[in-house]
Amino acid sequence: MEKKGTRDFYGKTLLELGRENARIVALDADLSASTKTCLFAKEFPERFFDCGVAEADMIGTAAGLSLCGFIPFVSTFAVFGTGRCYDQIRQSVCISKSNVKIVVTHGGITVGEDGATHQMLEDIALMTSLPNMRVIVPADAHQTSSVIRFIANEEGPFYVRLSREKFPVVYDEKNTFHLPYADVLKEGRDLAIFASGLMVHQALLVAKNLSKMNVDAEVLNVASIKPLAKETILNSAKKCKIAVTMEEHSIINGLGAQISSLLAEEFPIPVKRFGVEDRFGISGKPDQLIRFFELNPESLSHKIKLFIEKYSK
Amino acid sequence: MQNELLNLETVAYQIRKEILKMTNSANSGHPGGSMSCVDILLCLYSKFLKHEPNKPEWEDRDYFILSKGHASPALYGVLAYEGYFPKDELMTFRKLGSRLQGHPERLFLKGVEITTGSLGQGLSVANGIALGLKLKKSEASVYCLIGDGELQEGQVWEAILSSGHRKLDNLCVILDRNGLQIDGFVEQVKGEEPIEEKIKSFNYNVIKIDGHNYSEIISAFEIFKRTKGKPTFIIANTVKGKGVSFMENNVDFHGKAPSNEELERGLKELDEHIERLERARS
Ligand SMILES: Cc1ncc(C[n+]2csc(CCOP(=O)(O)OP(=O)(O)O)c2C)c(N)n1
Ligand SMILES: [Mg+2]
Repeated sequence: MEKKGTRDFYGKTLLELGRENARIVALDADLSASTKTCLFAKEFPERFFDCGVAEADMIGTAAGLSLCGFIPFVSTFAVFGTGRCYDQIRQSVCISKSNVKIVVTHGGITVGEDGATHQMLEDIALMTSLPNMRVIVPADAHQTSSVIRFIANEEGPFYVRLSREKFPVVYDEKNTFHLPYADVLKEGRDLAIFASGLMVHQALLVAKNLSKMNVDAEVLNVASIKPLAKETILNSAKKCKIAVTMEEHSIINGLGAQISSLLAEEFPIPVKRFGVEDRFGISGKPDQLIRFFELNPESLSHKIKLFIEKYSK
Repeated sequence: MQNELLNLETVAYQIRKEILKMTNSANSGHPGGSMSCVDILLCLYSKFLKHEPNKPEWEDRDYFILSKGHASPALYGVLAYEGYFPKDELMTFRKLGSRLQGHPERLFLKGVEITTGSLGQGLSVANGIALGLKLKKSEASVYCLIGDGELQEGQVWEAILSSGHRKLDNLCVILDRNGLQIDGFVEQVKGEEPIEEKIKSFNYNVIKIDGHNYSEIISAFEIFKRTKGKPTFIIANTVKGKGVSFMENNVDFHGKAPSNEELERGLKELDEHIERLERARS
């Protein structure tokens, strides 16, 4: 399976947008080599602002640039671009509804060796709570490109979460984005799997495993966690009548919580959330951590089987 | 010139009356820090800021950011007197359905560039505007008013470092140095002096003035307009609650509205100021 970096495709797409539109500007907080805004910086030094290690200041600066008609893309790691500057995002971006695009990399446990301080597992919770904020987790590099193009042309605040690790690709270059976004990647009748980010690919592997156990799973990529594509999600829920969610985030107030809330109100069925339990991450290699947190296809398939059995009695 | 300044000063006292009435009527709000900065705001809006009250989003305007958003009564008062909205509307301040939210909100009132209220954020936004204007090759300027308690926020220092580094000479920061914050004297809560030396060392042009003296306010803004290669930082020494004897330098009136009785006494004192100025003019 071919792997591509979501952040690499972000950097590439931002550069293309910079060539097409002089209103695109980029800001970073001393991590441009990692977030890949360095590509934009190199070609458009006058439209790139390295804010130094000062994320709160960076968010405000971006809001100011947007007030002059520019379209600022703000990048750093997920942990620094949300928790460190939550109040700035809340007031200078969301209450003000300024046209700021926050695109972070290094979300989730697959950050790896850097450990808990750098493995952001609460960003989706923080960002989905903010009125006026739209929250997107692309499933792969190609979708990242289409998301970045989409948000550049859509007025108002966005939060896009990308990763350090290269992901197996799920889509081809032709993926186009729209809001809200959820699509069925594999149809099935027995179980609905709602996944986001890296876990979309994992979910497809899980579905393969499950089919060997005579469970026909439907797999959805829920790329926009806010707003949710309610209709698509409810259709799958109604068809399968039991569901699981998979995310590289705390199961508290992430994708799983959003889906569970929706289903509790609109079509109550059993839902199990997979992600990181109520705890911080640890150091290790990304694939080791996926296994440690039991987000590998084998563990997931096993647990799903038990979950289905529990409710089929 | 002399008469013009007396005129402005008179209007400032009229706006102070509005501040008392607005906060009294809302039974909340922040009169003290509004009264300390009203001379600066009025002078800025009437003599320096390029703006069009009928066209608040005019491309070539100068920008003003009230980083200490709790001084919204002063801003609303000045905007009303400049013709952004009818003066009657001032009495809707903080009430349900009003455009005049407790703290200034961009999505509610045209003329408010960005929402403020959580302290420490305005200068970063002003920096972004200053950068944007330079990128657009615009001649316009950005003004940002901050409080001396607010100056304790780390983000303000991040922003000061940024604008000094980027030599944003289209940016003018005004510090409303009234010496008080909520818990007492700034120098006792967490001292900031010597502010002048500190800001200078961040590559700023620093000017110290009496923030209630119109000739000094005007000359400071004129120096800003002439200064190239550095942002300007005006340390304006002010009196919290300026104009009403029992509110002056009184920390109690930071976030407390005057009672009906206090309102009456306060308005009387402000009227006396207005009469004094009118006598001086004739
Ligand atoms: C981030 C933040 N923390 C606390 C407050 C509550 N608060 C409102 S005004 C104020 C004191 C501000 O003092 P100063 O900047 O000197 O204002 P002024 O004296 O001009 O009224 C505080 C702590 C706030 N609005 N924002
Ligand atoms: Mg003060």
